[in-house]
Amino acid sequence: MSNPPDLVPGEPDVPSEDRSSPESESRRSVHDLWLSGTEAPRELGPFTDEGAQEMLAGESPELLASQTGTLVDDDYEAPSRSADDELQIINMGPQHPATHGVLRLHLELDGETIRRVKPIIGYLHTGMEKTAEALTFMQGSTNVTRMDYLSPLHNELGYSLAVEKLLEVEVPPRAAAIRVLMSELNRIASHLLWCATSGFDIGALSMMIYGLRERESLLEFFEKTTGLRMNHNYIRPGGVAADLPPDWREDMVSIIAIVEAGLADYVTLLLGNPIFIERTRGVGILTHDECLAYGVTGPVARASGVDYDVRKVFPYSGFEQYDFEVPITTNGDVYDRFLIRFEEIRQSIRIVKQVMETIPEGDYRTEDRKVTPPPRARIDESMEALIHHFKIFTEGFKVPAGETYQAVESSRGELGMYLVSDGGSKPWRLHVRGPSFANVQSLPMMLADSLIADTVAALASADPVMGDVDR
Amino acid sequence: MTTVPPALVAAAAAFPEVEFESVLGDTVARASRDDVVGLLETVRDAGFELFIDLCAVDYLSRNPRFDIAINVVSVSQSLRLRVLVGIPGTDPQMPTVSSVYPGSNFYEREAFDLFGIEFSDHPDMTRILLPDDWEGHPLRKDVSVGSVPVQFKGANKAR
Repeated sequence: MSNPPDLVPGEPDVPSEDRSSPESESRRSVHDLWLSGTEAPRELGPFTDEGAQEMLAGESPELLASQTGTLVDDDYEAPSRSADDELQIINMGPQHPATHGVLRLHLELDGETIRRVKPIIGYLHTGMEKTAEALTFMQGSTNVTRMDYLSPLHNELGYSLAVEKLLEVEVPPRAAAIRVLMSELNRIASHLLWCATSGFDIGALSMMIYGLRERESLLEFFEKTTGLRMNHNYIRPGGVAADLPPDWREDMVSIIAIVEAGLADYVTLLLGNPIFIERTRGVGILTHDECLAYGVTGPVARASGVDYDVRKVFPYSGFEQYDFEVPITTNGDVYDRFLIRFEEIRQSIRIVKQVMETIPEGDYRTEDRKVTPPPRARIDESMEALIHHFKIFTEGFKVPAGETYQAVESSRGELGMYLVSDGGSKPWRLHVRGPSFANVQSLPMMLADSLIADTVAALASADPVMGDVDR
Repeated sequence: MTTVPPALVAAAAAFPEVEFESVLGDTVARASRDDVVGLLETVRDAGFELFIDLCAVDYLSRNPRFDIAINVVSVSQSLRLRVLVGIPGTDPQMPTVSSVYPGSNFYEREAFDLFGIEFSDHPDMTRILLPDDWEGHPLRKDVSVGSVPVQFKGANKAR
């Protein structure tokens, strides 16, 4: 690679029309297979060549800047450009164990150094926002809970708060406290799973088992309370689906003991381990300004010094009553993201302990009969109750026309629900601002100019949940 | 005339045609397509530096047909601002705001993919969630959910 030719990145040297060659189509039809005696499948037409998803040699300067991650902070230090025939573009995913779902990354490599990154998403897109428009407001939480499947209770909470904001319904204090308790437990569970998979990705294989083991205690409690281990549909507009089990305090005591003991183990296992430090310090760096410009929130942003936590800045569901701290570090690397999440687990435990002390007695859902179906016993006695029950389960309750945005702090960052109602019983539009969507967009800045071996560590530290990205 | 938060007074003065109002506790600014980039630049310099969200809404029978809702946050001042931009259905395009907030890149691609709203000067105006050869923009209100033919249900239906 002596004397590299001075190539200007903006000039295309491959004509873009070249992408779908007639040979590739004929090759495909040869491979069509069907069973003897059945009708031959109809021609599928030209195969999608995913042209726009391709990484071309000649891209516009802005696009190159976004793929090299230099749009906001130019910390790109690649050596002088080698000839284009020495660069190779490799495809990571969508079926790759370290992509945590179906994320595909196009990586342009110069030897072992990543030059450009293009995240390609959409493999898990199932049109959930369109589905939301076909479900009533009451059914909607069954839909949103399946988006970010590792923190389903945050999805339900954000959705329920948005519906209640349009309805102008207040939930009873006990319901708000239960919501805080359950969403903090969900944060612990999600972070534990994240510790497990990220540790595993970096090479701490026992971490996988430890993290899942501790998380199991939380999932058992979720199952006991909500009936399901995931996709609970527990937090609903108007309150929660059921009261906490009678012995929930004992469960909390044992869960806190298990999680605290596990956390102490992880700190010993990971944070002091020289191999772990080598693999995480200075890897996958995001700067403060990049986080702001790209809308990166949550633990990833807080590891880069962005002091933003929705629970503190825009409190919801009574979070202002609880005493907790928001951990901040400034290095913005993978190691700091571990520190932040470990500390967030401790802070969540603090909140859980406070809920145990301060939770008031009372209803766990609003008594507004327009929103909450009446108890079964009342239906036998009261005509009104029967009518309300019938109306809620056939037509659903109507929500006044309007639009609102409600954000909650999910395990991954700001989870926003933009809800538009036309006055009917189904949302006119529900847009979910998933934190993982913005975090995936920031991958080029984390990965460009680093070694290919660090991709997995940086990707894991961003904690993308593809159900949340693609919806 | 509702009260404008102090951080937005300068932006409101610079863009007299932008209407500020308070909707259920959120500050909402309604801007035209021509003003939106300039408004967002002013607003970003006024401290709203965290880009949060951009999404489209199809009101179908309303004029203008679409709304683009852009959410930005000022962390230091604990303020949220939503900028709504009306987009006519006959000419669904607006200037990109990715020059002001680079993070809107993916969100604009999503709005293009699902609603067919083009963002001029966007560096990479391609589909993001759906395959490239997908026809139509499924989150528009005049696109039906559709169905998948299955065996044993409605056996007389043409496949």
